[in-house]
Amino acid sequence: MSDLNRRDPRLAWILRNRLHPRHGELSGQPTRGPTGLLRKNPRPQWQYGPSGVRRLDRLQRGAAAGVSRLSVNKRHEQPALPVHRVGEPQAYIAVWLQTSGGRLTPHCKDVLGQAQQLAVAREEPTAVLGVLCGELKDPVDGAGIDRLLQVNGEAYDGYQPEAWTTLCTQVDAALQPLCWLLPDSGTSAELGRRLGVNLGERPATGVWKIDADTVLARNGAGNLDISRPRSRVMLLLEECALPCGEFRYEVRPMTLTLTAPTGTRLEDLGPVAVDPAEIPLAEAEFILAAGNGVRDWPQFHRAASVLGASEGASRVAVDDGFMPRNRQVGATGTWVSARVYIAVGISGAVQHLQGISKCEQVIAINRDADCDMVKRANLTAIGDSGDILAALLQLVATRATREVSDAA
Amino acid sequence: MLPDALNIAVLVSQGRHPVSGRARRAHQDACALELALCLPQALATNVRAIHAGDPGQEALRDYLGMGIDGLTVLSQTAEDDALAVLHPYLAEQRPDVLLTGVRAECGEGSGLLPYLLADRLDWPLVTGIAAIERIENGAASLLQALPRGQRRRVRVSLPFVASVESAAAEPRQVAFARARRGRITGLTPATEIDQARTEWTLSAARPRPKRLKVTTARTAADRLRQATAKAQGSTGQIIRDDPQAAAKAIYELLVEEGVLRNTQGTGRV
Ligand SMILES: Cc1cc2nc3c(=O)[nH]c(=O)nc-3n(C[C@H](O)[C@H](O)[C@H](O)COP(=O)(O)OP(=O)(O)OC[C@H]3O[C@@H](n4cnc5c(N)ncnc54)[C@H](O)[C@@H]3O)c2cc1C
Ligand SMILES: Nc1ncnc2c1ncn2[C@@H]1O[C@H](COP(=O)(O)O)[C@@H](O)[C@H]1O
Repeated sequence: MSDLNRRDPRLAWILRNRLHPRHGELSGQPTRGPTGLLRKNPRPQWQYGPSGVRRLDRLQRGAAAGVSRLSVNKRHEQPALPVHRVGEPQAYIAVWLQTSGGRLTPHCKDVLGQAQQLAVAREEPTAVLGVLCGELKDPVDGAGIDRLLQVNGEAYDGYQPEAWTTLCTQVDAALQPLCWLLPDSGTSAELGRRLGVNLGERPATGVWKIDADTVLARNGAGNLDISRPRSRVMLLLEECALPCGEFRYEVRPMTLTLTAPTGTRLEDLGPVAVDPAEIPLAEAEFILAAGNGVRDWPQFHRAASVLGASEGASRVAVDDGFMPRNRQVGATGTWVSARVYIAVGISGAVQHLQGISKCEQVIAINRDADCDMVKRANLTAIGDSGDILAALLQLVATRATREVSDAA
Repeated sequence: MLPDALNIAVLVSQGRHPVSGRARRAHQDACALELALCLPQALATNVRAIHAGDPGQEALRDYLGMGIDGLTVLSQTAEDDALAVLHPYLAEQRPDVLLTGVRAECGEGSGLLPYLLADRLDWPLVTGIAAIERIENGAASLLQALPRGQRRRVRVSLPFVASVESAAAEPRQVAFARARRGRITGLTPATEIDQARTEWTLSAARPRPKRLKVTTARTAADRLRQATAKAQGSTGQIIRDDPQAAAKAIYELLVEEGVLRNTQGTGRV
């Protein structure tokens, strides 16, 4: 819909025609109710101004002009951010891009924010170099990467800390970055330590504040702060700096001639199937949650086991005795951090939505298209939960057999 | 001792209770010791615990109470570098498997020691393991603990260094009498002071500033909207009254996110 206020000729006509049955109601005049009493609409008549700001129109000028209230919606346009350019970088600050499911993790965005702060504070042009193994799903131009070195290849797929270390060592030799910044979590924490040992630098770990020449770092147990000189390899904690948000960055791809890593001594045999019911709900990655809208409970449990999801529940489902208490998601239950959360027949009460605030992808299955869960969800299926789960189960079964026959 | 007995060395350090601050065994080191002690009998394992530090620490007796015969302590002061005494000792002893914790509970606790030892000994390092599945024909199959309760299987050939995560099996209780009875063997190797640490200043951890909600609004109207509007979370795709299409869309999203394990997801974790 356009953002312009539009004249509504029909509304204008009704406002001119005092005999029209809706004249009184639309012109804001008191009307006679069924018992003959004069009734006035106590609600203020809002108008939206041209910039999308809501205004109280006391003079009824909009109404007199017959401006339609329906066509005016708030504007959501984002002003285009200016582009931050680094022409000929004299120095680099390297950041290992930590991704989860093809997206930069929030922790990595904080680290990039810190890297940009360090780069901007220097006099000569300094570029933040992002080093990445694998794919990115979303555009990352707001994250703070000036140059991107994206390396793909079988040698780097899966869990290959030794190959990644070799890669970073080669990048270090070729570009001599001022320092390496890595998130101190997951595999990048491991990579940072390996890289530090490889480069003969003592990495600063658990860093949460970088000052002019010293850094503040937490120790392993989290009860001491260590103030120490900067190191060339620094592992940063979450919320070490604000993520970038003022500019768009170039993300200009870079190429380097790299020699393929050889002879890794760790053989990655892949993930091991873990019984999803044994994973603590707070840690589960994929949750299928049931609410008051689930009728066929055996089918729900079957769906959870077929999809390999941990089971969650709303409070109503727990109170009604269909699910154990330790499966309740929400304010009085568990705060979950799943990457994918499927809410089956859950209306989305605030107490429940609080519990899933950290989930990335929310899928709602509900009969009611106006409930709050639908507003939160990235994908909504409107319909009976039983039917949709049945269709999903059938689809998974056919795809699985087709893949088996493809492989054969 | 059998000639082909498997030698397992476990590095243990002093721990600190997170709440009371009392000295105790370090949890991850105790997990590592438990892992070593629980290896199957058929492997004829020979488990030794090694510590670099002051042999008089009471907390070290906790490890003896877990049922090991003796504990070797390489004497050094708190300012000395543990690597400088542990590396020559381990290079001479040449265990087949070296187990450590992921991060120490006292001091810097950077978790670097296993990396440095693996580098100096030129052994492969597996970080954050939760279990040793089996050791046969000079290779070991380990289960690595990942976030979100996941596990990854990694194979590595002997000898190797592995750091043990707290997700491993809970360590056994400490038997008081065994802890009293156990032997602590003290050695006095040449020590070396940790130069880098002399430049640091340590202080009690300051509470970190809480991150304020970031408002990037430029106009007053934008700021008001950000402050008052509830997260609108641009409502996503909606599929109405068509179970088949809905199931297909859900399935595709699950595959794209890579959470369906029995099928091939494109998403990587
Ligand atoms: C102090 C306090 C703390 C609370 N803490 C929590 C908490 O931690 N966690 C929590 O979950 N709740 C909590 N609640 C309760 C919360 O307010 C809601 O009552 C509860 O979350 C609602 O659960 P529901 O969505 O499953 O049920 P309902 O609100 O009954 O919603 C059922 C939904 O299913 C849909 N539906 C019905 N039939 C079908 C069908 N056949 N197919 C598809 N959809 C269907 C309906 O359209 C509806 O949207 C708390 C409440 C209070 C007062
Ligand atoms: N002084 C020490 N003696 C023996 N082992 C140690 C010592 N310091 C650290 N370790 C081991 O190395 C692991 C990591 O330690 P750190 O690098 O200090 O975080 C610890 O969990 C211990 O297993």
